[in-house]
Amino acid sequence: MSMGATVPVEVTVNGELHASEVPARMLLVHYLRDELGLTGTHVGCDTSNCGACTCLIDGESAKSCTVLAVQCDGAKVKTIEGMASADGELHALQEGFWAQHGLQCGYCTPGMIMAAADLLERHSGDGPITEDEVRHGLEGNLCRCTGYHNIVKAVQAAAETSRRIKV
Amino acid sequence: MTTAVPSAKHVGQSLRRKEDPRLITGRATFVDDLALPGMLHAAVVRSVEAHANIVSIDTSAALARPGIKAVYTGNDMSDLLAPLPMAWAPPGVEIKTPERWPIARDRVCHQGDAVALVIGDDKYVVVDAAADVHVEYESLPVVIDVEEALKDEILVHESLGTNKAHEWSMGGGGDIEQALADSDVVVEQRIVNHRTAGAAMETRGCIAEYRAGQLTVWSSTQVPHLLRLFYAVQMGISEDKVRIIAPEVGGGFGSKLQICAEETMCAWASKQLGRPVKWIETRSENMAVSHHGRDQVDYVRMGATNDGKITAFHANIIQDLGAYFGLLTPMIPELGAFVMTGCYAIPVVQTDITGVFTNKFFTDAIRGAGRPEMTHMLEVTIDQLAQKLGMDPVEVRRKNFIKADQFPYETPYGITYDSGNYEVALDRALEMVDMDAFRAEQASLREQGVLRGIGFSTYTEICGLAPSRAVGPSGFGLGIGLYESALVRVHPTGSVTVFTGASPHGQGHETGFAQIVADRLGVDPSVVEVVHGDTATGPMGLGTYGSRSLAIGGVAVAHAAEKIAMKIREIVAWNLEADAADIEVQNDKFSLKGDPDQGMTLAEAAGCAYIDATKMPEGMEMGLEQTLIYDPSNFVFPFGTHVCVVDVDPETGSVKVVRWVAVDDCGPAVNPMLIDGQVHGGVTHGIGQAIYEQVVYDERGQLVTGTFVDYALPTAAEIPSFETDRTETKSPSNSLGVKGIGEAGTIAATPAVVNAVIDALRHEGISYIDMPLTPLRVWQALEAARGSGDGPRASEQGVELPDQGEGSAGSGPTQPEGGAA
Repeated sequence: MSMGATVPVEVTVNGELHASEVPARMLLVHYLRDELGLTGTHVGCDTSNCGACTCLIDGESAKSCTVLAVQCDGAKVKTIEGMASADGELHALQEGFWAQHGLQCGYCTPGMIMAAADLLERHSGDGPITEDEVRHGLEGNLCRCTGYHNIVKAVQAAAETSRRIKV
Repeated sequence: MTTAVPSAKHVGQSLRRKEDPRLITGRATFVDDLALPGMLHAAVVRSVEAHANIVSIDTSAALARPGIKAVYTGNDMSDLLAPLPMAWAPPGVEIKTPERWPIARDRVCHQGDAVALVIGDDKYVVVDAAADVHVEYESLPVVIDVEEALKDEILVHESLGTNKAHEWSMGGGGDIEQALADSDVVVEQRIVNHRTAGAAMETRGCIAEYRAGQLTVWSSTQVPHLLRLFYAVQMGISEDKVRIIAPEVGGGFGSKLQICAEETMCAWASKQLGRPVKWIETRSENMAVSHHGRDQVDYVRMGATNDGKITAFHANIIQDLGAYFGLLTPMIPELGAFVMTGCYAIPVVQTDITGVFTNKFFTDAIRGAGRPEMTHMLEVTIDQLAQKLGMDPVEVRRKNFIKADQFPYETPYGITYDSGNYEVALDRALEMVDMDAFRAEQASLREQGVLRGIGFSTYTEICGLAPSRAVGPSGFGLGIGLYESALVRVHPTGSVTVFTGASPHGQGHETGFAQIVADRLGVDPSVVEVVHGDTATGPMGLGTYGSRSLAIGGVAVAHAAEKIAMKIREIVAWNLEADAADIEVQNDKFSLKGDPDQGMTLAEAAGCAYIDATKMPEGMEMGLEQTLIYDPSNFVFPFGTHVCVVDVDPETGSVKVVRWVAVDDCGPAVNPMLIDGQVHGGVTHGIGQAIYEQVVYDERGQLVTGTFVDYALPTAAEIPSFETDRTETKSPSNSLGVKGIGEAGTIAATPAVVNAVIDALRHEGISYIDMPLTPLRVWQALEAARGSGDGPRASEQGVELPDQGEGSAGSGPTQPEGGAA
């Protein structure tokens, strides 16, 4: 390879441990997509504005275009491919986006779902999450198709499902 | 023969989308998700100058990098057979067309013009190498402002001798000057409709593979069949040896309705190197060289009687074309002119259009394409007229509406509106808004220092492109007809594959078209697979844009399924010894009227058609398959009323949309959920232009808004929830009665926002502000109106203002008209 020096990394992605040698400058998003074949995480900009590449690193949402793969040595990463259960049962957010028509072209959707997963995890209130909380909570993720209306409904619906399960 | 149109079981339902399972689980395949054996990567070296001669290009350092296979420049690609196409010029008009090659040969005319193509085996390395390509330029003078360019002091293309590409005038109903002179009142306004970006979340991209005489291109495109046609011409390859595949496409909004320079270069390079070549556009490239939209300076005049009857409307449109023509560039303002009268019975109209080259990237079709600009002129000017007459803007609209019993209605331009009932949509919107409650709230908020305003936009638009005779080479001058194709194939087991020439990129065709077929063939939509975007699998089609897919492609699918249903009825009737006219689809079965147990499922009928010839009427062709090309008799004209409520902060000038009511009429709904989704997204696109988004070049032609840091797409936090409803007026243009809805929200939205802001600020003496209604602009308008400042003071806040000039560049101050008067 003509990518310069490589560095060993061990990253657990969607529960599976991967030991790789990666170029030091390789972005996490490219590691996920090109090395591991997890192409559900998308690239939509080059300035960390759009959020299409959002995944969870040790449980917190992060834009994987702003993180080097080597920085994730020892970390647990979760991507959209890891959201449904092993037997294919959809995560409440996936179900919410489907039921509420929260996507059109679907390019921003994986990032939206991962950002929303973190948002709902951080939403400590006992009551339902408000429209305003969802809208501000997803400010870091851009969508050009939906006008956000149904994305907000999808996240609120997922929150309600999760709340019922917890109770 | 009786018609095979069934009662609707699936059509009309908000069925969950068939597309979604792969998209919500990360299993969809966009072009960048594909990799081929031996694939190389491409990066494009782009001009840093807006206008310059290329003195020399030194590629040696780039070529010396490990992993670099080739660096090509314009001279290397001199064997390309044709420049990139412009396919739609106004008919009968002299037009000056500069050649646009995929890569600059000796001169660059805008920042971002391609000057070299770097190809190597790693996507990081080609970017490194691109930075090592040294280009020496001899700078030429740059002209950015469109009205400055009209003076021809600086020429974008010396060889053309002028920056004026074309002039086109259309008038109808009488002499416009006389009609204006005869009017009791005339309002005039200069309106800048600024340049915007398509900004699909997936950028453009392709993989081109030339192998054994066959070219295959995977492209993020809205028009795969047009790409095949062009590549065959461009590279001298027989059309049957060219295959275009549009995999999952992440949004388009017109920006992928283009024959792209980069894809052409990759196809050419793949042929040179014998390996697949991938190019994925960066967002910075997307902002610079995916075509822009809008960018007009408009001078409008509207005449009326003292009691509010519009007598004349004139628009003088100066269209900033950018440096070249894209596929449809010169026709964009003309598309708007076709609905210049909007919803209104305006007796005398005239449109004068001047296309002008500047040293910017070219403009072309972006969601709405000419119609948002025209609707903006019309709807903003009507509010100005109402203000001048002291009338309610809603009543001025109502007074001038074409009445429901006047359809089909021929406009002064000879366009025939198919159907409409504008008052019903307006009344429904008013009911949802509750104007009395609003005015009370507005007054009480004003006392608390919040400036709330309401704005209306009652629109109609021309879409469902289109009748081939009307738009084609002998009609409006498009280089091809705009029919659409369908192939419906029932399999022996009774499941169905539908091939459509439409090429969706988020709209939900796989679901909506499956609903249409399911009703006609008596099956569940889950066993109807809709295949699109592969020129090797289905018949020639024209793709998805111009809100055409349902009204043309969906109708093609319906007609093909109906033809198959007719054949099935004959098969079933023959087996039951009944009359085909007595067979109908009931309970997912083709069965005898009055005796639903007697009949066959689609699978049973398919078994006859594919397996047992003895169960077919003698002489009937085996199989159940139908190819169909549908060409409509007219365009379709959706319409509606949009109402925007804004709050303006008098201290900061910031505008926030707090409420949006939309009542749209696109005929009978195939899937109401999909319609709502199109309206939400379309309106948000319009809110984006009205308040946040603007493509800005500085006076040297440098793009200031080159990333999402500078180009403000609205986020969830800026956008309200939407209150939507529909009325249903059938179109007589097609058998489904449907009209397009993809662009309607965008077409309706911007004037509703501007009218709302002016409603909030009118008591301050402000009657007009150009978009985008940024805090700076609104604040400056307020300052000027209040007379507390001596012109713009923003520099005191440390903001360096570009010279707004008279054109579209710059986000600086607008001189508010009507100021303190």
